[in-house]
Amino acid sequence: MRMNRRGFLRQTGAVAAAGVLPVSMVRLAFGQEGQDFTFAYISDSHIQHIRGNEFVRNWDQGLKRAVAEANLLEPKPDFVVFGGDLAQLGTKAELDHGAEMLSALRYPLYAVMGEHDYYLDLGEYWSELFGDHYYSFDHKGVHFVVLNSVLTYDEWTYHRWETPERRMLEMAGLDNPNGSPFMVGERQREWLRRDLARIPRTTPIVVLSHSPLQKIYKGWNFWTEDAEEVQAILAPFEKVTVLYGHVHQIQYNQIGSISFHSVMATAWPWPYPETYAHSGAYVPVMTVPMNRADPFNERDATGWQFIDVHTGRVAAHYTLYDNKNRTVAYNAATGRPEDTEYQNPARRIPPQAHY
Amino acid sequence: MRKFLIAALTALAGSTALADEFTEADLERWAAQFESVAQEGRNLWTSPELGTNGVACAQCHPNAANTHPETYPKFQKQLGRVAQMWEMINWCIRNPLEGEDLAPGDPRMTALLAYIAKERRGVPLEPGKH
Ligand code: HEC
Repeated sequence: MRMNRRGFLRQTGAVAAAGVLPVSMVRLAFGQEGQDFTFAYISDSHIQHIRGNEFVRNWDQGLKRAVAEANLLEPKPDFVVFGGDLAQLGTKAELDHGAEMLSALRYPLYAVMGEHDYYLDLGEYWSELFGDHYYSFDHKGVHFVVLNSVLTYDEWTYHRWETPERRMLEMAGLDNPNGSPFMVGERQREWLRRDLARIPRTTPIVVLSHSPLQKIYKGWNFWTEDAEEVQAILAPFEKVTVLYGHVHQIQYNQIGSISFHSVMATAWPWPYPETYAHSGAYVPVMTVPMNRADPFNERDATGWQFIDVHTGRVAAHYTLYDNKNRTVAYNAATGRPEDTEYQNPARRIPPQAHY
Repeated sequence: MRKFLIAALTALAGSTALADEFTEADLERWAAQFESVAQEGRNLWTSPELGTNGVACAQCHPNAANTHPETYPKFQKQLGRVAQMWEMINWCIRNPLEGEDLAPGDPRMTALLAYIAKERRGVPLEPGKH
């Protein structure tokens, strides 16, 4: 959970890149209820071990940059969320290296489990570093719930693969037909019901998960098998926001009282599922896509975000490396999250057209 | 040329069939040949073999999405000229995979091109489109 309780080595090298960073990125909406605050959200760093003490440089750079930039935020965020997939293949070497980079953050950290962190040892070493797989906490009038949404069928997890390494590799391939759909599972849903039972319906709820908690494209696990059941537990609350990682792209949606926002990866961008000619998938129609990535610029279409919570509603500010930043905020007039600049189709620009 | 002529004459002498009289069995065999090369391409796609850092094409291009084979040849602004797809494949091998270029006629390049084309089947050609 809160990493500052866990006594990591403080690492100072990661902030060396600070010279070029923007420092006044926050558009805050303070002054209403004394309950507004911000937090930073970093996700999907996929730290990948090569051998010895070598790691894939590209992914290391993405995470270091996010940590360095988040440290320069002004006003200071109250805490940071890491949204899962810190590691690529869940090894101790990868998790340690990632945790060491995260330890340079000057704020408390809440961590979310990703499938790349989980399927080698079923989250055991991750737990030593970051604590419980699922938990909740309250912050300035908002109830936060962290779920481990990357579980799957027991048969797949416990009986199908001869070694944990094989299981990890099979789940790590996004387009691998041997993978298995993510789910929160009955046990955790029961915990969620009990956790929320004591919370007034008017309390804003923010759910942090790795997978979408809505169904987008099963072939790439942009998907949570029991999404509807989880949504039904959240539905009675007036203001609910789900923030998820995994998809490495901007997505947002509104289902009943629940607003959905994805976050970007620091490692690499993914194509939108509908660009796969045989997917038959769609992304929520209200999403204005991120710009297509320029592969000649390795940090393009990656980034991190700071989240601005105003009267219990969320605005996600996407800090996009080497690209124009974006903001997707709840629009009270339309009752859904919208891009503050590009939502009107007349405002769209050519790089937002994916095919 | 000479070698080819001899081969052609030998073939004619050995059979009365005309060159374009292929059979269902031929079609199946040729399709199977394509499938097996495309499968090799898929294997390369998901393996770290083309690079030096363990990274694979599939990490960023699930199902070969975002490769747009139907748009080639096309102008690549970063190269400043019209390029073919194998040049961009090599670009991605050299950069995210920290590997070395494949020759355009390398069987592994053919396998990658076959896999990409297969995943993109049915999409109309749009040469030059960015
Ligand atoms: C770090 C992520 C990453 C990896 C790994 C990667 N690529 Fe790419 N590649 C990209 C991005 C991003 C683009 C730009 C996509 C676009 O134009 O929308 C791209 C573009 C391409 C293109 C040109 C697409 C176009 O629209 O013109 C081809 C072909 C390609 N990659 C092939 C490969 C192959 C083959 C591999 C493995 C050897 C590979 N890529 C590995 C990120 C990656």
